[in-house]
Amino acid sequence: MSNEGAKLIATALAIGLGVIGPGIGIGIVAGAAVEALGRNPDAESLIRTYMILGIAFTEALAIFALVIALLIRFL
Amino acid sequence: MIHISLKSETIFSIFGFPITNSLIVSVIVLLLFFVCAYYYSYLIKNSIKNKFFTIFNLMVKSIYNFFKSIFESQIDYFFPLLGAFFFFILIHNELGLFPGIGSILIKVTHEHGTKFAPLFRGGTTDLNTTIALALITVVFAQYIGIKTLGFKEYSKKFINFSNPMLFFTALMETVSEFSRIISYSFRLYGNIFAGEMIISIMAFLFPVLLSFPFLLLEIFIGFIQAIVFSMLSAVFYNLAMQKAHN
Repeated sequence: MSNEGAKLIATALAIGLGVIGPGIGIGIVAGAAVEALGRNPDAESLIRTYMILGIAFTEALAIFALVIALLIRFL
Repeated sequence: MIHISLKSETIFSIFGFPITNSLIVSVIVLLLFFVCAYYYSYLIKNSIKNKFFTIFNLMVKSIYNFFKSIFESQIDYFFPLLGAFFFFILIHNELGLFPGIGSILIKVTHEHGTKFAPLFRGGTTDLNTTIALALITVVFAQYIGIKTLGFKEYSKKFINFSNPMLFFTALMETVSEFSRIISYSFRLYGNIFAGEMIISIMAFLFPVLLSFPFLLLEIFIGFIQAIVFSMLSAVFYNLAMQKAHN
């Protein structure tokens, strides 16, 4: 395998494996938010705020994987 | 293939100090921020209010109430720093999406020859800016911890020989303190840089209008990341003020 090909595979693996965890995590966060909304529909705005914050924290992990992928690809 | 540069490029240098394209934007943001803040404080004292005041007041008020739920009575001590974090990052993120930022190329000469580099680059798409912000947060948390608990009580969080279990938790605490610098800076940098890159890649995939929905998403993400950074700092300060476990 050429050097360039190995780099491409490493990039794809880094981002592909890296988003598995955050994907599951965002699903859990959104699911829990919908459940909380079903129990207490009056607290919608508060739940939405915390859901978006939770999603942002989870998504940050995927962003780390993306940064690593970019570093492999362009550096 | 589109040209993607992970780091900012030096445009010119003053007495050997390199002026990068993101530094230029940071200075612009700083001036903009100063003018907005000064004008706002002028309007507070003035009896005639205009639309600028109404919009700005609404934002400052909602951010103030948001942090109030975290700090309660100590909010007036922390709000200047956290509000500054929020507005500085917000202006940076939104300014990075403006037309002209990243698209105006100028010719730069350096030791490897000449090449074209963008004249402006969003401040938070440069790791230097975000690391500087993260360092401010972490150093200020140490200061606030020492100030509220006293040096002896605060250092018990990091060095503790009373039993082996506490020794290891203290060690973990020390590591997590340093890892915060990395996680804070990479979270902000990664989100904003990846967003700008996605917009440009989408424009290459399908040139007409495909990058528009991503632009809207980026406006939203820029706002969310500003909140996330300042709120994480707030939680971090709150943690630093609490006593070590016994």
